[in-house]
Amino acid sequence: MSVETEARPRSRAGLALPGDEKLRFAIFAVLLLAAPFWLPLVGSYTDLGTRVLVYALAAMGLNLLLGFTGGLSFGHAAYFGLGAYGTGLMLRYVGPNMWLAVLAGVLLGGVAATLLGPLVMKRRGIYFAMITIAFGQMFYFIAVRWNNFTGGEDGLTGFQREPLALPGGAIHLTTVPFYYFVLAFFAVGAFVLWWVLNSPLGHAMVGARENARRLEFLGVRVERLTWIAFAISGFVTALAGSMSALLNNFTSPLDLYWQLSGYFVIICVLGGMRNFWGPFLGAAIYVLMQDYASSVTKNWLSVIGLMFILVVLFFPRGLLGVLARRRSA
Amino acid sequence: MQLLLFGAFNGLIVGFFYALMALGLSLILGLNSVINFAHGGFMALGGYLAFTLAPFIGFWGALAVSPFAAAALGLVAERGLIRPLYGRDPLYSLLLTFGLALILEDMTRTIWGAQGVPFAIPDFLNHPLSDVYFFLTGYRLLVVIVAAVATGALFAVLRYTRLGVCIRAGNADLETVASLGVNIYLLRALNFALGILLAGLAGILAGGQLGLTPTMGSSLIMPSFVAIIVGGAGSLIGSLLGGLIIGVAAGVTTMYIPAASEVVIYLIMALVLLIRPRGLLGQEGLFE
Repeated sequence: MSVETEARPRSRAGLALPGDEKLRFAIFAVLLLAAPFWLPLVGSYTDLGTRVLVYALAAMGLNLLLGFTGGLSFGHAAYFGLGAYGTGLMLRYVGPNMWLAVLAGVLLGGVAATLLGPLVMKRRGIYFAMITIAFGQMFYFIAVRWNNFTGGEDGLTGFQREPLALPGGAIHLTTVPFYYFVLAFFAVGAFVLWWVLNSPLGHAMVGARENARRLEFLGVRVERLTWIAFAISGFVTALAGSMSALLNNFTSPLDLYWQLSGYFVIICVLGGMRNFWGPFLGAAIYVLMQDYASSVTKNWLSVIGLMFILVVLFFPRGLLGVLARRRSA
Repeated sequence: MQLLLFGAFNGLIVGFFYALMALGLSLILGLNSVINFAHGGFMALGGYLAFTLAPFIGFWGALAVSPFAAAALGLVAERGLIRPLYGRDPLYSLLLTFGLALILEDMTRTIWGAQGVPFAIPDFLNHPLSDVYFFLTGYRLLVVIVAAVATGALFAVLRYTRLGVCIRAGNADLETVASLGVNIYLLRALNFALGILLAGLAGILAGGQLGLTPTMGSSLIMPSFVAIIVGGAGSLIGSLLGGLIIGVAAGVTTMYIPAASEVVIYLIMALVLLIRPRGLLGQEGLFE
């Protein structure tokens, strides 16, 4: 992996929130909380904001591995899709309990990542990427072929968001309440990632990215460390998948397809994968662009492809990466 | 017994498609250190070019010309897009070829249609060669022969030509090869084109057997990755073997448990990774 590090005195992971960053975070949080109010004013709609949250959470989960541990995973759509299927299947076959449905999705995707981890960890670098790609595709075929259970190629239908049981009564998750429902889970996921990265465990992960051999000499078992990162990353991405199934009241094998894995990676790189919030920015741009491109041209796949090429050739550090350099320069 | 043979032979045909793809991918992975996601796109391109050329120069002409046409386009892509990324984190070349794959698939769909087109093969190749073994048509035999000849030619080029010696040496130590006065930019470009040549050939052969669709590249590239992992990175014979093994395994499984025909190749991969992480013939510690 590359040896680029942003010099930050407080934290090697580049996460500490000194002075003005606290203010920036507060503004960010207020913007997110108020999104259903200002999104229609700028000609957008609330569900688009929800979609940004879903993609951002998936990509931030991936980025724990990709940007901070240095594991080039190209198969995260598998855990996203398993999260979506877990939630959908639970609602369809077991019962209308939202909490259980989310739990089922998170467990299905997260446990799959945890179990596959040791097999994937056998190799590093470019070979690691290839193995994650290939394993990701396995679940796609299971979903396509097991059609009397999963709905096959047409996708899983026959479930929908149910009223959310809370101590004070049930809430109907129409568009705006559902946004806050997703925002709450987004906050939980983001907090877990932030907490992990600021713990000694997280510092070791960044160490594995920067110099795995040195870390081995210090007595850290890098393979197991990568496994832990892979598992946590899988759980968070599965949570995003679960939210996606609830957002669309639908999931299909495309949620498990390798192209989606690639989209998650480019979201991280576009926003800046060395930055905690980079994937969020990347997800916002990606979702807006996809929404716009698919409404004006049939060839939006080429537009996305072109974005991949332009980002790689001209913005390899991502937007926040470029900003961070400007500021420190 | 006939069922088993039928499945195995079907699988062998598909296995040759996987093997041709995997060989090209393996070449490019070795010398260019690029996981070429666009390989499937170039493969489809080879098939579609043959479809367009066939009315003018006939099936055999198209079979001979279009792999080179695909390789020429591969050269352009290597020169313009991939070359700037050598020496950078493999993440970037992976993402770039991924974007290229999306564009190639979209372009194929725009130019030739989303529905897919039938690629006509000469009539006499359609007939079964034997009454008992009805699945043994002339075309399938042709696929086996062409794939075998192409593979043999590849190994001969690597073994006996100067280019082949440079490619093998470059796989071992590119810096030394460069310091001996070999133009490694040209070498990597030619190596990339050689890989695409095999992909284009696979595209034409697969087009005649399975029909041409814009998504044929996406669906054949994943098993080719699996073939490399099973066979072991760094070994071309491994890639060939890996492709044939998973092809036959999938073909036989289709006969008995059709639903498991795709999943079985991933199970084989998992098994190989568990027992022999480097792959059947792979070298330890390569590309890490």
